[in-house]
Amino acid sequence: MLQVQNAGCERDGRPLFEGLSFSLAPGDLLQVVGGNGSGKSTLLRVLLGLYTDYQGDIEWSVDEAPLYLGHRLGIKQSLTVIENLRWFGVLRDAQVDEVRIDEAVYKLGLAGFEDSLCAHLSEGQRKRVALGQFLIMDNPCWVMDEPFSAIDAEGLSFLMAILQDHLDVNGGIIISTHQPISIDRPVNTLALQ
Amino acid sequence: MNLFIASVRRDLLVHFRHPSEVLNPLVFFVVVISLFPLGIGPEPGQLKAIAPGIVWVAALLATLMSMDSMFRSDFEDGSLEQIVLSEQSTFIFVLAKVVSHWLLSGLPLVLLMPLAALLLFLDEAGVWALTLSLLLVSPTLSLLGGIGAALTVGLPRGGLLVTILVMPLYVPVLVLATAMVQAAEAGSDTIGYVYWLLAILFGSMCLAPIATAAAINVATDQ
Repeated sequence: MLQVQNAGCERDGRPLFEGLSFSLAPGDLLQVVGGNGSGKSTLLRVLLGLYTDYQGDIEWSVDEAPLYLGHRLGIKQSLTVIENLRWFGVLRDAQVDEVRIDEAVYKLGLAGFEDSLCAHLSEGQRKRVALGQFLIMDNPCWVMDEPFSAIDAEGLSFLMAILQDHLDVNGGIIISTHQPISIDRPVNTLALQ
Repeated sequence: MNLFIASVRRDLLVHFRHPSEVLNPLVFFVVVISLFPLGIGPEPGQLKAIAPGIVWVAALLATLMSMDSMFRSDFEDGSLEQIVLSEQSTFIFVLAKVVSHWLLSGLPLVLLMPLAALLLFLDEAGVWALTLSLLLVSPTLSLLGGIGAALTVGLPRGGLLVTILVMPLYVPVLVLATAMVQAAEAGSDTIGYVYWLLAILFGSMCLAPIATAAAINVATDQ
């Protein structure tokens, strides 16, 4: 799905990473680890083409652009949970039926909050709404930047389950997190200094 | 097309839930206009002579007030980078943002125009010319303002900078629009001005969203 050769990037004259080469095949999970400020988020943005000041080659071979959960969640505070989820569908030009959105809301543990404004939700709940985009669409590749922060234990095991499900249908996942990932599949690790 | 309609609906919904951002510029417009008769004195002849200029400058300032917020919340909550990331056309998204900006700031000003004109003792021909000129020009203001809004969206306080960037672009339409109202009051033909304003409108409709989309790509590249 993704081939990276010799990727390097520097910020404010300080090299974040250089000479990175790795690939992502269908069914692979790549965990990016590293301390604060080691360039995990920047690497993900570089891979997605959101940050273009880098060296090296990045080649995607997927039909649809990857889904991305970043530090900025892409959630409008003054829209409801359902409206935000529908907007994710519109953005990807996906025909998302209402049944699937309802299912996602239920799975995310947001039942009863469908028509609540996101401004009235907690941090963790907002994160769950943003995670909803992965449940309502079938894009082959997921890129997740710290998806587990602000998520409780119950949500964590649910997230592990959806990661597992996505890998089982030959999806690819790139994830940056400090949390150990407990799935019964090999996890490739990319460590940034 | 789907993105266009959904985006306009989303913006209208967001502003409907928080109407203060829409109402503030309109209140500002009416307050500024109503200060002039108080300051200059309620003499119809004098007010009438300077009315087109006053109304137009107030309308420009009111439009600029709301300009800064065109892309700001989308930038801050991450919606903008999701747009860039998706394979949807940023051009269409920009066009949708401009249309919703016009519906929320330009159109209400057009509707308030007759009231403003009455406060300044404009006669019927003047009222019509003023309303028509604002109807023709307000979409151009939103289109050109979008460029400034997108360029400054990554800056913490872009408000004043938008004004400085965009004001020079507004000069030609301001000159033509006030000339049109004066011509109408003098009883002469205004169709030439209408054609000019329409030409500027269509020109900016084709070109401004390209510049705005490019500026959005620069703003999210970080």
